[in-house]
Amino acid sequence: MRNAFGQPQSVLVLGGTSDIARAVVARLVDQRTTTVVLAGRNQEALDEAAAELTARGATTVATVPLEATDPSSAAATIEAGFAAAGGRVDLVLLAVGLLGDQSETEDDPAKTIELFDVNLTWPAAALAALRPRLIAQGSGHVAVFSSVAGVRVRRSNFSYGSTKAGLDALTLGFGDSLRSEGIKVQSIRPGFVRTKMTDGLSEAPFTTGVDEAADTITKGLASSADVIWSPAKLQAVFLILRHLPSFVWRRMPG
Amino acid sequence: MSLDHELLAGWGNTAPSFAAVERPRTDDEVAALLTGGPVIARGLGRSYGDPAQCAGGTVVVNRNLWHLSPIDPATGLVTVGAGVSIDELLTVSIPAGFFVPVTPGTRQVTIGGAIAADIHGKNHHVDGSFASHVLSLDLLTPSGLLTVSPSTDPDLFWATAGGMGLTGIITQATIRMLPIETSWVAVDTERFENLDGVMEAMATGDHNYRYSVAWVDCMTTGARLGRGVLTRGDHVGVDRLEGKAARTPLSPPSGAKLTIPITPPSGLLNRLSISAFNEAWFRKAPKKRDDELHTLSSFFHPLDGVSSWNRLHGTRGFLQYQFAVDDAHGELVRRAIEVLSSAQVPSFLAVLKRFGPADPGPLSFPMEGWTLALDIPVGPPQLPGVLDQLDAMVAEAGGRLYLAKDSRLSPETFATMYPRLDEFRAICRRVDPTGIMTSDLARRLDLIPTT
Repeated sequence: MRNAFGQPQSVLVLGGTSDIARAVVARLVDQRTTTVVLAGRNQEALDEAAAELTARGATTVATVPLEATDPSSAAATIEAGFAAAGGRVDLVLLAVGLLGDQSETEDDPAKTIELFDVNLTWPAAALAALRPRLIAQGSGHVAVFSSVAGVRVRRSNFSYGSTKAGLDALTLGFGDSLRSEGIKVQSIRPGFVRTKMTDGLSEAPFTTGVDEAADTITKGLASSADVIWSPAKLQAVFLILRHLPSFVWRRMPG
Repeated sequence: MSLDHELLAGWGNTAPSFAAVERPRTDDEVAALLTGGPVIARGLGRSYGDPAQCAGGTVVVNRNLWHLSPIDPATGLVTVGAGVSIDELLTVSIPAGFFVPVTPGTRQVTIGGAIAADIHGKNHHVDGSFASHVLSLDLLTPSGLLTVSPSTDPDLFWATAGGMGLTGIITQATIRMLPIETSWVAVDTERFENLDGVMEAMATGDHNYRYSVAWVDCMTTGARLGRGVLTRGDHVGVDRLEGKAARTPLSPPSGAKLTIPITPPSGLLNRLSISAFNEAWFRKAPKKRDDELHTLSSFFHPLDGVSSWNRLHGTRGFLQYQFAVDDAHGELVRRAIEVLSSAQVPSFLAVLKRFGPADPGPLSFPMEGWTLALDIPVGPPQLPGVLDQLDAMVAEAGGRLYLAKDSRLSPETFATMYPRLDEFRAICRRVDPTGIMTSDLARRLDLIPTT
């Protein structure tokens, strides 16, 4: 159960090898989390993440397979994840995502389909599978990793940005639908974070390290905000950016 | 019976959860609810945390288990439905010349809840906790209806006292009431500039009074750390009254005069406003005043004059931190206040009390020594860590936290504080072999046996 500070006891991570999600869960284990289920594709990386959490003090750590390129498998992953957690999950972190390469994606239908499957269709199916379970268990919290890239889509990564725009909208609507059921839903909008996903890319303004992002996100999870911005000042920055005229926006560097 | 889903929270309004809510009227209706699970009973929702919640399960509100026998004038015995509140009982009992043997700081708790939390009052140092005055109770367990008394089944009786509803649903109880001549209390008030003065006066003089409690300021530092106001009193005879009071010596309690209609944003109660309140309250108290007559309501239940006062703590809610330690570790009271004060955690006036000997309940909270209770709004980012630090200090000193107040303890620290937990679990397993009784609290603290 979540306690008075919103600290969860059990966590299911969809995309359990994500650098940021791992760092967030490590912080939650330092608080009250004892049960963690990591769902992911790379078993070796999952095992390594699981070992780290066990060493940190988590008492029940399990891994389940997740294949995001196959959205029809999302329901089975959710079912296995809940079963491995013992039936109840206090917090679901949805951190499945693929950055993709814009120049390789924009003229390639197959790559575009893969990007949208992983970043949007699989998560949409997963949320649909989660919804009745959360209602039935009478409490719960879902936090979805969206991105500032979806707040206003840029030329340089419009495919990725569009998947995140869709996911962000889906998350907020999903949250509204569960508000009266006592289920908390949050969209996490990180800026550029130095992770294995962004390795080799040139850094954007307001870039953070994993630890800084994880601190901000962990704090945000305990708050009642619908959206968690990381770093927090991006909220103000995007308030301006999203209202820039298109001709200015197109000329923005980066 | 009506089937209804409701979002339920405790008095601190911190971790609400959804459950099917049932309001049975008879033992048979209660029994019918104990076939599937998970289930927990709920009274008036005055526990601060999550003991009367059961996410995804069924919450059985006991308020329709309402009946009240006449009070036996010779013995003071009364048999009441578990859903009767102390307020409702007093409305009938005071005019008949009886007071409840134990009352907490609010009249708005049910008899079922009073037993399940084994509540204490200002007279614990003399009279013990609520369950010590219960002669028998009817308990609907998943194994059937049992009439339990301390002599017929002491294990189950004392596991139910303080067992937070996990042994079953209490449907009625027989209680021994306290005879009174008037609805007045003679009160001695004394103001102290620091904590040592308060504790010294309590340790040496509490035995001269049936009722004693001190209010301590946790936001002062240095030489004035823990300054406080000690109030102690006793029921008075009719010979003490004059005029109108003498003509109607036994007046029932009056209802709430004010209400907080909405929940303001969190932050209204902050370090500044709470410090100012504490200061005003301290200045208002007389340096020393003896033998002043107070009504039962104003002495025992001052906050009942404002209904829904918990809303003042805002949308994020608040919690109460209450611990007990034995006399050898009385120093922990000072250290706890120092920790909170130096971490700049705002806290309303804290309540300090002496406890008499513990009763035999494995999860019953009171233990001989000291207890300190503090109201703290949720919000300061350092608060979770500071309270974890206090937990460790309390556990190290052999002390414990009160489950009726807790909303954030860890299962490991809880098990250290209540070393008889396995004994409690074994009794639960006896009457509830498949684990039907459970609550959000039980899940959070791993109280119930894992089957």
